[in-house]
Amino acid sequence: MYATSYHRASSVEDAVKLRAAHEEGKYLSGGMTLISTMKQRLAAPTDLIDLRHIAALRGISIDGREVTIGAATPHADVAGSRELRAICPAICELASHIGDPHVRHMGTIGGSIANNDPAADYPAGVLGLAATVITDRRSIAADEFFTDLFETALEDGEIVTAVSFDAPEKAGYAKFNNPASRFAMVGVFVAKTSSGVRVAVTGAGSNGVFRHSGFEQALASNWSADALSNIAVDSSNLLSDLHANAEYRANLVKVMAKRAVVAAG
Amino acid sequence: MGVEGIGARVTRKEDKRFLTGKGRYTDDMTVPGMKSAYFIRSPHAHARIKSIDASAAKSMPGVIDVLDGKQLQADGIGNLICGWMIHSKDGSPMKMGAWRPLAAETVRYVGDAVAIVVADSIGEARDAAEAVIIDYEPLPAVTEATAALEAGAPQIHPEASNNLIFDWQLGDPDATDRAIASAAHVTEIEIVNNRLSPNPMEPRATLGIYDSAEDHYTCYTTSQNPHVARLVMSAFYNVAPENKLRVIAPDVGGGFGSKIYIYPEEIVCLWASKKTGVPVKWTSDRTEAFLTDAHGRDHVSKVKMAFDADNRITALKVDTIANLGAYMSLFSSAVPTYLYATLLSGQYAIPAIHANVRTVYTNTVPVDAYRGAGRPEATYLLERTIETAARELGVSPAELRRKNFIRSFPYQTPVIMNYDTGDYEASLDAAMQAADWKGFAARKAQSEASGKKRGIGMSCYIEACGIAPSQAVGSLGAGVGLWESAEVRVNAVGTIEVLTGSHSHGQGHETTFAQLVAGRLGVPIDSINIVHGDTDKVQMGMGTYGSRSGAVGMSAIVKALDKVEAKAKKIAAHLMEADEQDVVIENGELKIAGTDKALPWFQVALAAYTAHNLPAGMEPGLKETAFYDPANFTFPAGCYIAEVEIDPETGETDIIQFVAADDFGNIINPLIVEGQVHGGLAQGIGQALLEAVHYDSNGQLLTASFMDYAMPRADDLPSFKLSHQNTPCPNNPLGIKGCGEAGAIGSPPALINAITDAIGNNGLTMPATPMKVWQAMHAAH
Repeated sequence: MYATSYHRASSVEDAVKLRAAHEEGKYLSGGMTLISTMKQRLAAPTDLIDLRHIAALRGISIDGREVTIGAATPHADVAGSRELRAICPAICELASHIGDPHVRHMGTIGGSIANNDPAADYPAGVLGLAATVITDRRSIAADEFFTDLFETALEDGEIVTAVSFDAPEKAGYAKFNNPASRFAMVGVFVAKTSSGVRVAVTGAGSNGVFRHSGFEQALASNWSADALSNIAVDSSNLLSDLHANAEYRANLVKVMAKRAVVAAG
Repeated sequence: MGVEGIGARVTRKEDKRFLTGKGRYTDDMTVPGMKSAYFIRSPHAHARIKSIDASAAKSMPGVIDVLDGKQLQADGIGNLICGWMIHSKDGSPMKMGAWRPLAAETVRYVGDAVAIVVADSIGEARDAAEAVIIDYEPLPAVTEATAALEAGAPQIHPEASNNLIFDWQLGDPDATDRAIASAAHVTEIEIVNNRLSPNPMEPRATLGIYDSAEDHYTCYTTSQNPHVARLVMSAFYNVAPENKLRVIAPDVGGGFGSKIYIYPEEIVCLWASKKTGVPVKWTSDRTEAFLTDAHGRDHVSKVKMAFDADNRITALKVDTIANLGAYMSLFSSAVPTYLYATLLSGQYAIPAIHANVRTVYTNTVPVDAYRGAGRPEATYLLERTIETAARELGVSPAELRRKNFIRSFPYQTPVIMNYDTGDYEASLDAAMQAADWKGFAARKAQSEASGKKRGIGMSCYIEACGIAPSQAVGSLGAGVGLWESAEVRVNAVGTIEVLTGSHSHGQGHETTFAQLVAGRLGVPIDSINIVHGDTDKVQMGMGTYGSRSGAVGMSAIVKALDKVEAKAKKIAAHLMEADEQDVVIENGELKIAGTDKALPWFQVALAAYTAHNLPAGMEPGLKETAFYDPANFTFPAGCYIAEVEIDPETGETDIIQFVAADDFGNIINPLIVEGQVHGGLAQGIGQALLEAVHYDSNGQLLTASFMDYAMPRADDLPSFKLSHQNTPCPNNPLGIKGCGEAGAIGSPPALINAITDAIGNNGLTMPATPMKVWQAMHAAH
C-alpha cells in the first residue's frame, strides 16, 4: 500500500469538505474492495475519507412499506433486521450471503453500490426493487444509477446517503457462487412491485447489472418458475471467464431466475 | 496401550501455542538492525534482460541497496540444482538448464527473481523497486508441455533442445506390447492430471543474518528439511561451508512439499546480508506464493490397459508428458519417474508394465513434489482406467478390482517395487460396507425422482512412503541418502529431550514422538520435549516429506531408545546389585523382576550424571544417538468410495458421502491420523472439484489469488467416514506405514469415477467444476 492519510468524517458536510480539500482523495465506506486494491498498489488515493462513522448514514428506517437504508449500514445489520425481514425478506437474504462475516460487518450498502462491482449482490437488489439512490445532491432512480462495470451516475465527490424503496408484494434472490471468490457468478433478484415485475441480474452482464425484460414480461402474466422455461437468455452480452463462459452463465441466469421466483413464493 | 503411549488419542501438545497465537514463525523473528527485502520479479514469461538501472532507486528514502544477478554471479554464488539424476532411455543424462538465484540474462517465467531491494521498511523497498528500470526484450513463451515439445516451439534452455529434459522409461516395452496385441480387451484412455498450487497457510519467508566477526551465516527459513537446506546451500550454492551456516526452521505453517526445496530467496537474502552488512528478511505475500512456490502435478498421459478373456489385467502401457516448468526444482526429476511409474502396478497383479515419461520445460513456475508426489498421478491414472474398463466390460468395478488384487506377499511388481504386506480386500470390503454399496441403486432411484443425478465411484490406491533405502535410491540417482536420525538425551533429573532430524510443520511430532517415549519408559508425556528444526541443535537429519517421519523418523528414535534403555538397565542392575537381564522398565521405574526392588527413572538418570557409582568402565551420562536406514519403502493402501449427487440444472456436485478405509499399519495416535486423512481428503477433493492453475497464452498466471484459485472450504466437504485396517509393516520396528498423503492420493479418482458414473460421460477432466460437469452432461445427451 502507498502512504495515505485517513480522515474520519463526522458528517456528510464534513466529508464533502474533506473530499474537496484532497483532489486525489477517495471516500471509504467499508473498504472491502478499495483496501485490497490499495494493498495491491492498484489504487493510490492520497486521502481516505471514512463515511462509516457518520451517524446520519447508519440505520434502517421503515415507514409503513417505505424502507430507507442508510448508506453506511453494514450488510450484517440489513441481514439481521427483523422489521425489514417482516416486509422484504429477500433483501435480508441477499445481504446475509455477501462475502463472509468479516465483510458483512465492515461492508456497507452505499459502498457496494457506489463501487458497482459486476459480481456484487446489492446492485441486483437495488435494481430489482426499483429503489431510489439518495445522494447529498439528488435522488437517482436505480435504472439510471448503474451505468457500466464499476461505473455509476455519481459525479465526482457525490456521496450516496441512503437507498430507499417500497417493500414489494413479493421478492426473491437466488445466487450461484463463483467457486473461488464466492462472489455471484450469477445472481438474480425478482420482485413484484407496485410498478410491475422486475428481474435484475448481477454477476453475468458484460456491462454490469441488467434487467431481463423477457423474464419480466413472462412473470407479469404468470408469476411462476415455469413461466420462464421457454424464454431464451441471450449469451452474447454476458461475461466469460475461467469459471463460467457466457453460454453457461446464460443457463445459470435462467436457473437462478426460476429459483428466485420459487424463493419469492 | 497406556493413556499417553502408542495408540492413545492424545491431544496435540503443540496446539496450545498454535491456537493462542503464540507460535513462532520465521516472519515473527526479529533481530537488531534487521531490514526488509523486496524481490523484483519478471513480469514476462520469457524475456531477455537488456539492462537494469537501479541508480534512482538506490537514492530513495530508506534504501540500503539494490542488488542484481550479475553481482551475485560475480560473487561466485552457484546455480540452483535438481538433486536427482535421471538418465534418458538412450543413456544420456537429463538436460538441466541453469537456474540462477537472480536471473542475469534471461527470465523464464512470470515471477522469476531479477533483483533484490533492501530497505528500512517493506513499503520503502517496494517504492524503490518501482523506480528500478529494467529493459526487457520479450521472447515467445509456451506454457503447455505438449506444445513445448512441438517443432518450432520457443526454446527455453540452450541445454535442452525441443525443451525435452529427459525421455525415460521403466518396465518391459516388448512384453507389454505383446500382451496388448494378444489381449481380449484393451481399454484406452487419455488422463490429464491438473496443475495445482500448494497454498500452505504460512507463506514462505526467510531471514538471512551475516555475522562479519565470525564470518558466519544464520538462515531462518520456512523449510521442511533444514539440514538438507544447509547441505545444498553449502555444497552447491557456495553460500558458506556447513560449519559457517546455521539453518533454523522454527514453527512452519504447512508445507505439502512446497517447502522441501531450496528457493532463490534464502540464498539471495544470505548473500545480501553479507553484501549490505544488515540482517535481511523477506516474507512472501499470497500472490507471490502463487507466482513462485513450486506447483504440483501437470501430467498428460495416454494409457492402454489390456485384459484377457477372464478379465484379468495382462498389461499396462503408459505414455506420460510431465511439465516441469521453467527450471528443474530440487526433486522435480524424481516425481514423474521413481515416485510415479514405480506405483503403476497399483493393488493389481499386472504381469507386464511399461511406462514412458518425457519431462518438459515450459515458461511456468517450476513443478515439484506436492502432497503425494507422483503417487496421486499414478493412482488417478490407474483407478480412472480400471473404472473405465469395468464400464466397457460391463462388470462391477468392485469385482474387476477384486479379481485382479495381489493376494500373496511379498510381491515383486514389474516396476521395481516389492510390496511387503497388505490386505486390499479387507479395505475394499470395509469401504463397501460403510458406504452401503448394495443400497446405492435405491438411493439413485430416489435422486432420479427428485431430478438429481446420483453416482458412486471407488478408488483402490497404494502408495509408497518412507522413501528408502539409501543405497537403493542412490542407485536410482538420488543425490542424498534417505535415512533419519535421533538423539535421546536424558537429563540428570530424568526429563528427556528427543532431537530428531524430522521436521514438524503440522504433523504433530511433538505429540506422537513424545507418546513413543512415554509409552516405552512409563514417564509423563510432559517430561518429554521434541527438538527439531535447528542445525545447531540437532544432528544431521533428512527432514519431513513423503510420509516418512513415522516410519523412518520414529524408527530412529526407537533405535536410540534401545541404547538408552540398555545403559539405564546396566546402571540400575549395578545399583540394585542384580543381573541386568532381570531389569524391566515399567511405569517410570526400573524394577528387578520377581522382587520388590525398584528405582525411579530419575534416580537412574541422576546416577548416570553424578557418576559416583557406575559399573566399572562405564562412561557417565545418558544420551544416545541412532541413525536408521529403512530396508524398504512402506506401502499404505486402502479403498475410498465417493457418492455424489449432481444438480443437472447447474452442474453442481454435492458429495453425499465419502468413505475412506485405510491400512496404515500400526497407528501411534488415532486422533492425529484421522486429522491427516481429513486434510488429505480435503486436498484431494480440492484437486478433483475446485483447484487448477491457469496461464494465458502469454504465460501470465490467471489464478494468482484466491479470487480465482478455488480452495476447498469446510462447506465443500462432507463428514468423512473413516476406518482402519491393519497389516503391520514388517520392515520397521513399530510396524507403521505412514498416513500423511493417502487422503490426497486416493480421493480424486473416487470422486471423478462417481461424477462420471452419475452423468454418463467419461470424458470429464479435473477439476470437475460446475461448468465442466454441466458441459459434459450436455455433451453426453
